Amino acid sequence: MLKPGTYFMEGNEACAEGAMRAGLGLYAGYPITPASEVMNHLAKELPKTGGRFLQMEDEIASIAAVIGGAWSGLKSMTATSGPGFSLMQENIGYAVMTETPCVIVDVQRAGPSTGQATKPGTGDVMQSRFGSHGDYEIIALAPNSVQEMFDFTVRSFNLSERYRTPVVLLADAGVGHMREKFTIPEKVKTIERKRPKEVDKEFFDTHEEDHVPPMPDFGEGYELMVTGSTHLGDGTRDTASFEAQDRLVRRLNAKINDNREEIEDWEEMGCNRADLVLISYGSISRPVKGAVKKAREDGYDIGFFRPKVIWPSPEDRMKEIGKNSEVMLVELSLQGYRMEVERCVGSENLYIFDILNSLPTIEQVYEKIMEVIE
Amino acid sequence: MITTKDIRNKYVKNYPSAFCPGCGDGMVLNAMSRAVEKSGIDQKKVAAVSGIGCAAWIPSPYWKVDTLHTTHGRAIPHATGLKVGNKDLEVMVVSGDGDCAGIGGNHLLHAARNNIDLNVLMINNGLYAMTGGQVAPTTEHGEKTLTTPYGNPSQGIDICNVVKHSGASHVARWTTYHMNELIKEIERTIDIKGFSFIEVLSQCPTRTGKKEGLSGVEMLEWYRENTTKNKEEEGIYVGEIQYVERTELTEEIYEQISKRGGKPR
Amino acid sequence: MADCLNIKIDRDLCTGCGICIRFCPKDILEPSEDLNQYGNYYAKVVDLDSCIVCRRCELFCPDFAITVEKEEEKC
Repeated sequence: MLKPGTYFMEGNEACAEGAMRAGLGLYAGYPITPASEVMNHLAKELPKTGGRFLQMEDEIASIAAVIGGAWSGLKSMTATSGPGFSLMQENIGYAVMTETPCVIVDVQRAGPSTGQATKPGTGDVMQSRFGSHGDYEIIALAPNSVQEMFDFTVRSFNLSERYRTPVVLLADAGVGHMREKFTIPEKVKTIERKRPKEVDKEFFDTHEEDHVPPMPDFGEGYELMVTGSTHLGDGTRDTASFEAQDRLVRRLNAKINDNREEIEDWEEMGCNRADLVLISYGSISRPVKGAVKKAREDGYDIGFFRPKVIWPSPEDRMKEIGKNSEVMLVELSLQGYRMEVERCVGSENLYIFDILNSLPTIEQVYEKIMEVIE
Repeated sequence: MITTKDIRNKYVKNYPSAFCPGCGDGMVLNAMSRAVEKSGIDQKKVAAVSGIGCAAWIPSPYWKVDTLHTTHGRAIPHATGLKVGNKDLEVMVVSGDGDCAGIGGNHLLHAARNNIDLNVLMINNGLYAMTGGQVAPTTEHGEKTLTTPYGNPSQGIDICNVVKHSGASHVARWTTYHMNELIKEIERTIDIKGFSFIEVLSQCPTRTGKKEGLSGVEMLEWYRENTTKNKEEEGIYVGEIQYVERTELTEEIYEQISKRGGKPR
Repeated sequence: MADCLNIKIDRDLCTGCGICIRFCPKDILEPSEDLNQYGNYYAKVVDLDSCIVCRRCELFCPDFAITVEKEEEKC
């Protein structure tokens, strides 16, 4: 683990460093381009910090071992890309249902299927939100720099521990393979999961306002019953009653929805008085921001909006923006975030600039802006 | 002398269970509980991981230890994370034949290769019982099931042999008819450092029973008559199949950590 | 023997599967004529004197319904 200071490194390595700073205790993964550098780095560095490193037989086993690790009391993580992320979906739902804190890094590549393994894409945005079956809410963060690969990894752990839920770090090959300067601060703020107090007997229900029950470890003598089946507050499986299903699923969803304000995060520039606002996220948002700056310097009222936390989406803010300005969504996929942005700003004043395979230049985005406003 | 009442009070909850009358799952629960009691290990340190299916319900919600009832076929990798996370846990995996050898077959193979210190009990009833009685990887050739109405066109797998050659420290096979032997074997797995795999042939009076016209009692009789403890004799061999000492994954990982100056958290 | 020996069968835990009855080496158990609260013909002891305390019934019972209690001092 690196000492505090400034380094020139790859995004995936910064992610690995962030994880260790956040207190990573167990990593389990399977190699895949363009995410492998996360595990390559951790294989070497994690044992020195006391953490366990496991290369599993596939991505399904990886996420399973991560969940097992979380219940042994450790902060756990895996990293993958689209094909592996698809394989993990069932157990991500299991982690949601059993309220298991863990971090899943998806360094997105161009899909569908094998697609182009080294090229960036953001086609997994909807999958990160809806990929597992059943009704659930999830938290996903979209970094756009090596610094954010570090910072957002730390925050992913903090959010997962805070809300006892899986968190997806939705990076892309652009930011994962990017090399640039980043800083490890002297102090990194970390959050630990809520532990049971003596009186606590229920670890799967709570009447606390934040909807987050305390979580014990295995081996502490609680006779824990952790199950992906619908269960009561003490963990007992209840596969039939309406009340159990209603109470559990609504609380799991409320855990994210009622805490949106604490979770949401975005960056914006000139959105309050703009003719056109460009919405973008991930690596592609970098040339987009550059183009918006250039247009503003040239005297145009153009805004820039970038969700840092992509799920839950900053829907209230996007709705406001949609009321006052026209919007252009710039993303590295055809469908990525489109339905969500369309839902918030409406389809009448929404322009799309979608690009596959590689990042556009500032000039290309600038030209697109000019096309729209003229 | 430990009586059933003592075992029930100390190890069993939520009974009467959802198991069908005459099902072998309750017998396995009995054997596991008695083995833990005999071994003298701290019940608090026992963790049971299971997947999906009737056998997965043996620990969850009936066994008074920490239980992790996971997704179909994935009990072993979940257990791997748990064991590597905390080596002081005595991790038992209870899984059906479909769960363990079918959908979870790849995990089984690799856990045996890693020789991770898990105690796996594979409860084998020869078909998918919870879903109504479909063909399983363990179903014999020619058998009729819901999904092989004209007879099973495939061969059943000898899963013990697969696990043995994948590198597990300890492999054994027993049936629910051999309760005393089964208890001893489970007790042994607790002591053994390395991957332990016990195949337990167990009666399903509801699915197999309906198909073959056999009751649970008759199936137990069948086990008595068709198994042998002598490898030379004809019949299904029951007993130890392999015991070898090999390096164990969790220990190796912890050693690597301490050699590189880390302290396992 | 019967003074110091007791075979307790929890009738509501018993599912009437018949395993104990079949595998008792001395045939001392039989199904009852009446039903328990779950509608099962639970097992009952009919010949306690013949019991050799092999404990097979309690070991084989899938439902934890049988306990063989023997007071060592009296026997």
